Amino acid sequence: MFDDFLFRALIAGIGIALVTGPLGCFVVWRRLSFFGDTLAHSALLGVLLSVAFDLNISLTIFTVSSLIALLLLRLQKTTNLPSDALLGLLSHSSLAVGLVILGFLSFIRFDIMGVLFGDILSVNVNDLLAIWIGGAIILLVLWFIWKPLFASTVNYELAEAEGMNPERVNAIFTILLAALIAISIKMVGLLLITGMLIIPTTMARNLSNNPKQMVILSIIGGLLSVFIGLYTSFEINTSSGPTIVVVALILFILSLIGIKKRNYG
Amino acid sequence: MTNNPNVLVKISNAGIQKSGKWLVKDVNLEIHRGKIVTIIGPNGSGKSTTAKIVLGLHKKIEGNVQTFTKKISYVPQKVSIDWTLPIRVLDFMVLTEDLEPQEINDALNLTGVDHLISRNLRDLSGGEFQRVLLARAIAKKPELLVLDEPVQGVDFAGEVALYGLIKKISETLNCGILLISHDLHVVMSATDYVVCLNGHVCCSGTPVDVARDKHYKELFGEKSSQLLSIYEHDHDHVHTADGDIVKENV
Repeated sequence: MFDDFLFRALIAGIGIALVTGPLGCFVVWRRLSFFGDTLAHSALLGVLLSVAFDLNISLTIFTVSSLIALLLLRLQKTTNLPSDALLGLLSHSSLAVGLVILGFLSFIRFDIMGVLFGDILSVNVNDLLAIWIGGAIILLVLWFIWKPLFASTVNYELAEAEGMNPERVNAIFTILLAALIAISIKMVGLLLITGMLIIPTTMARNLSNNPKQMVILSIIGGLLSVFIGLYTSFEINTSSGPTIVVVALILFILSLIGIKKRNYG
Repeated sequence: MTNNPNVLVKISNAGIQKSGKWLVKDVNLEIHRGKIVTIIGPNGSGKSTTAKIVLGLHKKIEGNVQTFTKKISYVPQKVSIDWTLPIRVLDFMVLTEDLEPQEINDALNLTGVDHLISRNLRDLSGGEFQRVLLARAIAKKPELLVLDEPVQGVDFAGEVALYGLIKKISETLNCGILLISHDLHVVMSATDYVVCLNGHVCCSGTPVDVARDKHYKELFGEKSSQLLSIYEHDHDHVHTADGDIVKENV
């Protein structure tokens, strides 16, 4: 069964949707969408370094994205530049550095489109292992830091005053995001991974009234996007990553009808 | 006093500077079990900053802060809930500590908002939200309770009742309370120790001591809101524009 590329893609997509749901909720609650983008852009640098030096692709992306994330946290503390400017700085410089390096790698056949938009055909059994084992670790760590992370999302100072360590859980959360990007780049592509994080989650927000419900609904939204998106991309012969995100968008639009019916105060 | 087991927090000569300007300086303060310390002072006098120093939220401070408890509850001056985050009163109650349903209900009942338990935080009125904040803080049964203007937006009858409740909590839980307030009338009757702050400690003592102050009597006799703007002490010093203190020859 694992020989069938569509089946492999489905297993990979399910694994990714299970992780993007809960992480996406925190990304939206903490207003980190642009931050997710920055990490994803820095992934290009990771991909190219792994190709140039023949390193494990997921591990290299994870390392580069984590370093960029920790660099950002450091810059936020030591400079007075606003966060969005810092994000733009890191996002576009890592993208540019990656593209310049790409110029030096002309001797290697390199599918840039695959990195940008994901390439379903290239998902192999090793990638599946990376997604499921990596994904399980991400969810496990998230489970352990859930309470302090959630508390510091609601109110940073309150969490800190009551004995939690918001700075540490923030750093851990950032690294979890980097890890998610590392395992999902091949499947979704670096331009669209933030879409997978944000769109099912915003759909879930429209339909939920408590945090746990929102997490569950965003997982369901992600799974539906993967199922319908993969099937559609296979049937009408479109790129899988963009198709999955388009399905997520359609689900979001449908959820807007739900929001109108609900009585919001 | 440092060996006194009743001392929960002791801060000595504490202060904090931001961009070369003192937000607050030379604060000496002790919080004891079962006692209420109230900080009063005009806007920008460093009340919230002092509370945050007590809580260890400011890292680069001058002076010394010793904390002898880890069971702390905090009601911040302002908590805003982002629209993207759906959260009910029930979810908020267990934000930093898991509680039994009974404990949650009891605390909400004490502050008179048990009927709101499954409402969304964003749908509450300002006063209701303050009551929920207070309920969450006391539900944890803390040893130290820091309340930064806990009754803002609460109706007058509710205000008196909540101050009564705060007094009762300090007795039943035997917890130390640091209270920041504008409501001088109520505060003076339900406080063990008062600190008047204006960038530094202007005067402090028991409510009786502080109330004996000639200027304070004027302050206490009229509406607090009016008087806060002309808040004044028996000063032996003047404040310069950047908050520095210049001694006067008395």
